[in-house]
Parts: sequence; structure tokens; C-alpha cells
Amino acid sequence: MTRRFKALVIGGSYGLLTALLKLLGSLPEGFQLPVIIVSHIHSSDCGELADFFNERISIPVKEAKDKEPIQSNTVYLAPSNYHLLIEPDGTFSLNMDEKVSYSRPSIDVLFQSAGFAFGDRLIAVLMTGSNHDGVNGVLSVKKYGGLTIAQDPDSAECPVMPRAAIDAGYVDQVLTIDQLIGFLTTKVNT
Amino acid sequence: MKPHQIEALEISLLLEAIYQRYGYDFRNYAAASIQRRITRFLLSSDRPSISALIPEVIHDPSFFQQLLLGLSITVTEMFRDPLMFKSLRETVLPFLNSFPSFKIWHAGCATGQEAYSLSILLEEEGLNHRATIYATDFNDEALDVARKGIYEKEHIQQYSENYVLSGGKRSFADYYHEKYDAVIMRKSLKERIIFANHNLATDSVFSEIHLIFCRNVLIYFDRELQKKVLNLFWDCLPYNGFLCLGTRESLAFSGLEDKFMPVDKKYKIFQKKEIQ
Ligand SMILES: C[S@@+](CC[C@H](N)C(=O)[O-])C[C@H]1O[C@@H](n2cnc3c(N)ncnc32)[C@H](O)[C@@H]1O
Repeated sequence: MTRRFKALVIGGSYGLLTALLKLLGSLPEGFQLPVIIVSHIHSSDCGELADFFNERISIPVKEAKDKEPIQSNTVYLAPSNYHLLIEPDGTFSLNMDEKVSYSRPSIDVLFQSAGFAFGDRLIAVLMTGSNHDGVNGVLSVKKYGGLTIAQDPDSAECPVMPRAAIDAGYVDQVLTIDQLIGFLTTKVNT
Repeated sequence: MKPHQIEALEISLLLEAIYQRYGYDFRNYAAASIQRRITRFLLSSDRPSISALIPEVIHDPSFFQQLLLGLSITVTEMFRDPLMFKSLRETVLPFLNSFPSFKIWHAGCATGQEAYSLSILLEEEGLNHRATIYATDFNDEALDVARKGIYEKEHIQQYSENYVLSGGKRSFADYYHEKYDAVIMRKSLKERIIFANHNLATDSVFSEIHLIFCRNVLIYFDRELQKKVLNLFWDCLPYNGFLCLGTRESLAFSGLEDKFMPVDKKYKIFQKKEIQ
């Protein structure tokens, strides 16, 4: 059984870079589902982070721009110092709203807007990270019918963030990175 | 209908009610940002749903005022993006120097820091007596703060650092005096700034402007409203007049890309092109 989705959103902080290299590096070159990422530690400034990924993985990686239409087979990174949001018409928008959980970009803001935009056609994954940003976002995604996944805390470099979401009871599936790769490559359609 | 579609419907009815009742037009704001603001307001207002706000918004203007404040984000700084100000100093001000007098407009000035920053810059470059600065916003509370020019002392450290990075020639402390835990901007900086209420979504423009700042405002609009406002700017700029956007804003999805020339690509300073 596969289920159809419009986007995959990912959030994390401490340890996320390593986790992403493994995850994104293992997805097939033609992986269609757009992947949209907020990382607290490595926010992207002038495309250096995108360059870093492009040298190492085969799916094209870009920094998300205000009002840019979201395209398939692309990984998008949140730029630094702005919140990244997804619009119901399938474009990005940025904003300067206050920090959320001391963070801008904030995972909560991305997840919450993605839930509102895509409803049950969204997968949200909370990965390794050291604070609680993202937990409310996971709740919103669930409220709108999306699929919520947390990285298995025991396998995460920093378990705090995925653990908080699991404890709050909002998580549908708890997966290691290998299980997540398996899930994304066999159970997901666009 | 799915839950997110029902919510989108509620928001669209609320925005329509606001527009018809009060004339404030949020219908072409970026939906995701507006949804976030309304959801936050809803949480603090203890009402069961977004549509439940509508009767009160219609019948109680003071309730609407609260909501209106909740919809406007006035986050700002002195010399935000210091290198943009440096670029202005080096490339734009020498150009303005060729005019006996010129006008500057800060559209969406929030609590005024951007306008005071520019006033400082003009003074240091000896251009202050030739300039008129209009600083406008649709948020009256923010404009009140801007007019007073009083800011919390806790931000001064960061403002000073920004000022230094922007190529400031003196000490930032020369431009304010302290009172209790606040700082008051020097009166002479205020003299050439005219603060006024102006709504970019619904109001037209008053005169020819040589340099327009509209930074971190357009990101709150959808593409259609961005385009409308950029056209408004185009209309009031003379050829070779300047437009400064926020560092993450662009003309790329507005259809006006060909009508402006980039002067500083990184810091989003553009110049209106002559018609070929
Ligand atoms: C994030 S602040 C940007 C302040 C400043 N330009 C900066 O970059 O630091 C956005 C401002 O735009 C104002 N704004 C939003 N919609 C507006 C409209 N339709 N007309 C005028 N101002 C508006 C808000 O009230 C707020 O003060």
C-alpha cells in the first residue's frame, strides 16, 4: 500500500547535518517528493549549505526563496534569519515574525504552515535535535491529518527533540534513518 | 471539505468581513503568514473558531483594533543588514548628491529605526538639509513609537554594532541620550522625517520619490499584491531612482524584473531603468 503526498518537511538541530547526509544520500536520484528542511544550526546564508549538499547527494538542493513555486525532485533549505512557510498554492513565503522557541527559522512555523497548506498530503519528520521547537508543529500536522514521524530517539545523535514529540503523543511512527529510507522509497507516492 | 480547507474558508470570510466593514484589505496577504497571525490571536482571545471571531469583529471596533495589531509584525532594528547601509553610503548617496533636494520614502517603517538610521547616514554624508524623509506604516501604534523615537536600552548594544559595521563615522552614542532604561533619539534626526499613516494595499502615492525603502514588508504579501505595490513604486520613482528591498526579497516572481536594474545584487538595491 502506498499513500500520496505533496511534500516532506524535516526539522532538527544538533546532529542534523550528518543525519541528512545519510538520509538524502540514500534516496534515489529521481525521488519526486519535494523535501523542505529547517535546521537550527545550519541555516543557509548565501547558498553555501546548498553547495555542500550538492557536492554530496544527487537530488538537487536549493535555498528556498520567497514566492518560489515548490518543485518536485528538489530539496529546499530554509534561509537564515527568516521563518520559512508553505503557502496553500504550493509556493514558499518568508517572514520576519518573532522567534519561536528562540529560533528563526522555526520548525514549528514551517510544519504548521505545511499542515495548513497540504492537510493529509504531508509527511513531517522530526529528527535529532536539542530543544522542543517542532513539537507544536508536529501537533498541527497531525490535526490537519498529515503523517507524523519521529526519528527513533535511541538512534538519534541528540534524542531531546524527537523524544519530546513522542512523549506528547503526536507521533504516528518512530523510525531509524534506515527504516525511514525504506518507508520513503516504497510506501510514498506523489 | 478537509479541516485545512474549512479553516481556509473561515479565514477568507473573516478577511472579507474586515475589508467590507473597515476597509483594511488583507485579502492578498500571504495566506500562510495571515493564518499564523489569526491562529495566534484566536488562542489569546479564547474563542472556539476563526469564524466565531466574525460577529465581534463586525460589531465591536475595539475588538477589531486588537486583531489589527495582532496582524501587524513590527520587528525591526537600527541599521538592520549593516552592509546594505554601507552599500547605500558608497553607491546611492553620491548619486543623490547631484540633486539640490530629494525625497526618501520608508514604506512599512514599523517603529522607525530604519528611518532614523537613514537620517544618521545623511547627516554624516552632509546631505541632511536637502532631504525629506517620509516614513509610513499602517500601524498607528508603531507610528507613535516612531514619532517619539524612544527605544529600550537593551537593544542599543546591537544597534551600535550594526552602526559600526555599516561604516558609521562617529560613535552611535552621539545620536541619542539616555533616560532611565530607554534611549531617546536626538531631535535633529527627527526634523527631516515625516511619519504618516499609509496603507500600501489600498492607498495611492503622494509625490515623486528618489529613493524608496520597502524592506521585509513585501514578503507578507501574495504575488499579486507584491506586483501591485511594486508598480506603485515604479510609478513614483524617476528614471534612475532607487528601490531597496529586504535581503531575502526579490523582483524575481513579480514580473517587474526587466523594469529595474540591480545596483547591489546581494543587498537588493535596484534602480529604475530608462525606457529603451
Ligand atoms: C517586519 S516590519 C519591517 C520593518 C522595517 N522595514 C525593517 O525591515 O526592519 C513590516 C512592517 O510592514 C508594515 N505593513 C504591513 N502591511 C502593510 C501595509 N499594507 N501598508 C503599510 N505597512 C504595512 C507592518 O505594520 C510592519 O510595521
